[in-house]
Amino acid sequence: MRKEPYLEQNVAIRMVDITKRFADVVANNKINLEIRFGEILALLGENGSGKTTLMNMLSGIYMQDSGAIYVNGERITIKDPHDAYNLHIGMIHQHFKLVEVLTAAENIILGLNESRLINLKNVREQVKKICERYGFVVDPDKKVYDMSVSEKQTLEIVKVLYRGADILILDEPTAVLTPQETDKLFVVMRNMKADGKSIVIITHKLHEVMEISDRVAVLRKGEYIGDVPTSETDPQKLTNMMVGRSVTLNIDRPDPIDPKESLVVKNLGVKDINGVSKLENVSFTAYTGEILGIAGISGCGQKELLESIAGLHKLEPGSSIMFYPRGNKEEGEDLAGQSPIDIKHKGVHLAFVPEDRLGMGLVGNMNIPDNMMLKCYDQGKSPFTNQKKPRQQAIEIIRDLEVVTPGLRTPIRRLSGGNVQKILVGREIASDPYLLMTAYAVRGLDINTSYTIYRLLNEQKEKGTAVIYVGEDLDVLLELCDRILVLCSGRVSGIVDGRTAKKEEVGLLMTHFKEETA
Amino acid sequence: MMKHKKKEPLFRISKSGFVPLHKAWAIRIGALLLALVVCAFIIYSIIKLNPLKVYGTMFQGAFGTNKRMWVTIRDTMMLLCIGLGLAPAFKMRFWNIGAEGQVLVGGIASAACMIYLRGKMSSTAVLPIMFVCSMLAGAIWGFIPGYFKAKYGTNETLFTLMMNYIAIQLTSYFVALWENPYGSNTVGVINSRDKFGWFPPIFGQMYGLNVIIVLVLVVFIYIYLNYTKQGFEISVVGDSENTAKYCGIDVKRVIIRTMIISGAICGIAGFLAVAGAGHTISVSTAGGRGFTTIIVAWMAKFNSFVMVLFSALLVFLEKGAMEIASRYQLSDYVSNMIIGIILFFILGSEFFINFKVRLRQRYAKDKSQ
Ligand SMILES: Nc1ncnc2c1ncn2[C@@H]1O[C@H](COP(=O)(O)OP(=O)(O)OP(=O)(O)O)[C@@H](O)[C@H]1O
Ligand SMILES: [Mg+2]
Repeated sequence: MRKEPYLEQNVAIRMVDITKRFADVVANNKINLEIRFGEILALLGENGSGKTTLMNMLSGIYMQDSGAIYVNGERITIKDPHDAYNLHIGMIHQHFKLVEVLTAAENIILGLNESRLINLKNVREQVKKICERYGFVVDPDKKVYDMSVSEKQTLEIVKVLYRGADILILDEPTAVLTPQETDKLFVVMRNMKADGKSIVIITHKLHEVMEISDRVAVLRKGEYIGDVPTSETDPQKLTNMMVGRSVTLNIDRPDPIDPKESLVVKNLGVKDINGVSKLENVSFTAYTGEILGIAGISGCGQKELLESIAGLHKLEPGSSIMFYPRGNKEEGEDLAGQSPIDIKHKGVHLAFVPEDRLGMGLVGNMNIPDNMMLKCYDQGKSPFTNQKKPRQQAIEIIRDLEVVTPGLRTPIRRLSGGNVQKILVGREIASDPYLLMTAYAVRGLDINTSYTIYRLLNEQKEKGTAVIYVGEDLDVLLELCDRILVLCSGRVSGIVDGRTAKKEEVGLLMTHFKEETA
Repeated sequence: MMKHKKKEPLFRISKSGFVPLHKAWAIRIGALLLALVVCAFIIYSIIKLNPLKVYGTMFQGAFGTNKRMWVTIRDTMMLLCIGLGLAPAFKMRFWNIGAEGQVLVGGIASAACMIYLRGKMSSTAVLPIMFVCSMLAGAIWGFIPGYFKAKYGTNETLFTLMMNYIAIQLTSYFVALWENPYGSNTVGVINSRDKFGWFPPIFGQMYGLNVIIVLVLVVFIYIYLNYTKQGFEISVVGDSENTAKYCGIDVKRVIIRTMIISGAICGIAGFLAVAGAGHTISVSTAGGRGFTTIIVAWMAKFNSFVMVLFSALLVFLEKGAMEIASRYQLSDYVSNMIIGIILFFILGSEFFINFKVRLRQRYAKDKSQ
């Protein structure tokens, strides 16, 4: 092997002066990053700072415009994912790339072209070995469409390991996991590290960075800011590094002022198209001027609950959703059985940030003003759309929420995940709602923006809006919400006071029914 | 490890961002010139003719005489009109390939008015009636697949395609019914003596009215798609039905409404074909234009003003090719080849507008590090 200046003892990958542009956006500007053997490196940065882009160049999705990549001291070119596999680099993308109708084992061997004949039995054996070694649980014969998000993610990791990856890149793996699932993932990651593998993890959750990583590298607006050993830093310092100035990290919780009944849900029941019950007998009340949190392990009815209130589901007979705008008893409306159009025309002023941003809340091919227009295009009697107002709104949101975008005309699917979410939340809040429902409003958002969102929710609360906040981070739920409703398998397992409840108590309610409610 | 030392690929393709308008048009015009050069080479080497002369002949074929020029304009308007009809449906991602049938039923309605209303009113009074009837006929032909798509989720591609065959059979039936002279199996020129229901000349131009009607439609569709609430709904439904439902758009209504509009405009094209051009009706009244325009609508990305250019280009090429084929006694293949090459380059230019191609660079810093 030719001697290269970068053949250093402990460096697995070295990226030198990497620059990547997308049209007018410089996503990465002369980045120098090293990944060492047997370490867990956390890659941190605000939304749109170029983390995913940088890692995509290692996994063969993109190629750098300039700069060099050295693997084990040798200069290499990674022009497609196959090259990355050959270099033992494996990336787990935030959006899984699995074939739904195939089994776990079939997905693992898919796309391998080393030999025509693949013995599925051998594959199973090997998968089993990998699982035992690192502590995974994977059923090789389970079809992907039967898997939960966390199972799919595990499968992605096993797939990458099966192909012999020594360097694993995980792009926001914990964004879709519950805290329990995250803990499991971390156990596996530690086992892999003990086995000498290098891991890069991208996450916006600083407590996770502190818990799992050995070293943190920070990007800001496409520039490399620096790296620090995790033991020598803390969340506050990291945030300052990311943002470039000091920010305060605490969530206010003003006391609700004059709470009145705003949304009274009784006996809500929803079945999916196969007749499987998704929500059963859900009853609760949301008050004006308060934030009602909704907790639960993923898939136990949060999504259906919000969508039912927004009129997107067929309800079981006997369900009732009484809505009192601003708590006004005289103007009560029963939203049960109403379509989104009816609800809109009733002037209910309902804002909804759905979980699926680009599939439901926004149109990826449209620019920011047009996405603003989605909410208000049909106002007024004129047959023409008012283009000025959405444009103005877009400019305001870009300014207030610091959206990173090349311009007003860029289709939003080109923006980074966090910036897309800012646009959605910004639009919903700008509609001056009486009832604001958010599903995982801060998922994928950087810490600074997350706090901006909490602040915005509190502003709404103080204005007298009834806010419903579906979240996955129990610490945040307990810090932000006045009351927390806990769902367990589509039923309400308890409603607790956010000021006094303990994390353990909520955690227990998420998986078990209390004796008296069961 | 050595086996991984692969060369960087010779060239790389990446999406280019926002390309300024003047640059995009420079690329397009460049592509057109390049196409002419390539064709010239082929003409010279294969059929041993002076390429400049051939191009001159093409131009002659399309614009050589006043009459030819107006025929070219008339056919451009016809193609354009159908393209305008397709644009709303395509923008909604509704694959309406039934323009052929929608044009035909519009034509039948016009012909019926010309035949049955003759002598009952003046020729000027019947034109608006014909306009409305053709529009309605086309609208019904668009409504049917739209309704089934909205209500039962049927596949619109197959449905609209089959509606074409129904329209063709229907036309055959009416041709038999209105046969004139008896036994000719054609309708012949309707009302050739008194020109009842024919477009009157405007400013002395026989096809002036065609131009006016279609240009009004160009402006109408442009505004409709870009500046109206209904046009906005079309874009949203086309992009994501879930989003449309979420923001309170009645998806089914939008599908049906848009298909009615799409069919109605194609129906108007039938009116133009019968009252403004052929003054007869036959199964070839639409003449495959319902399919040709799909190219026009797509190349112009549903921008109706750009559609004017592309329809003119297609008609020009068609007329020019016909002329060189007859003048130099060439087979159709040669002229079709020239059309093919020109279209290929123009479509290809869109690729170079949307993507950037970069050649392999040398590792400039390799030595210095
Ligand atoms: N395919 C693309 N086309 C155009 N611009 C892009 C593309 N991918 C990324 N960008 C831009 O590059 C910048 C960096 O994006 P990237 O996705 O790497 O950010 P990120 O750090 O991963 O952010 P997030 O935390 O929100 O996921 C953003 O400004 C984004 O708009
Ligand atoms: Mg990212």
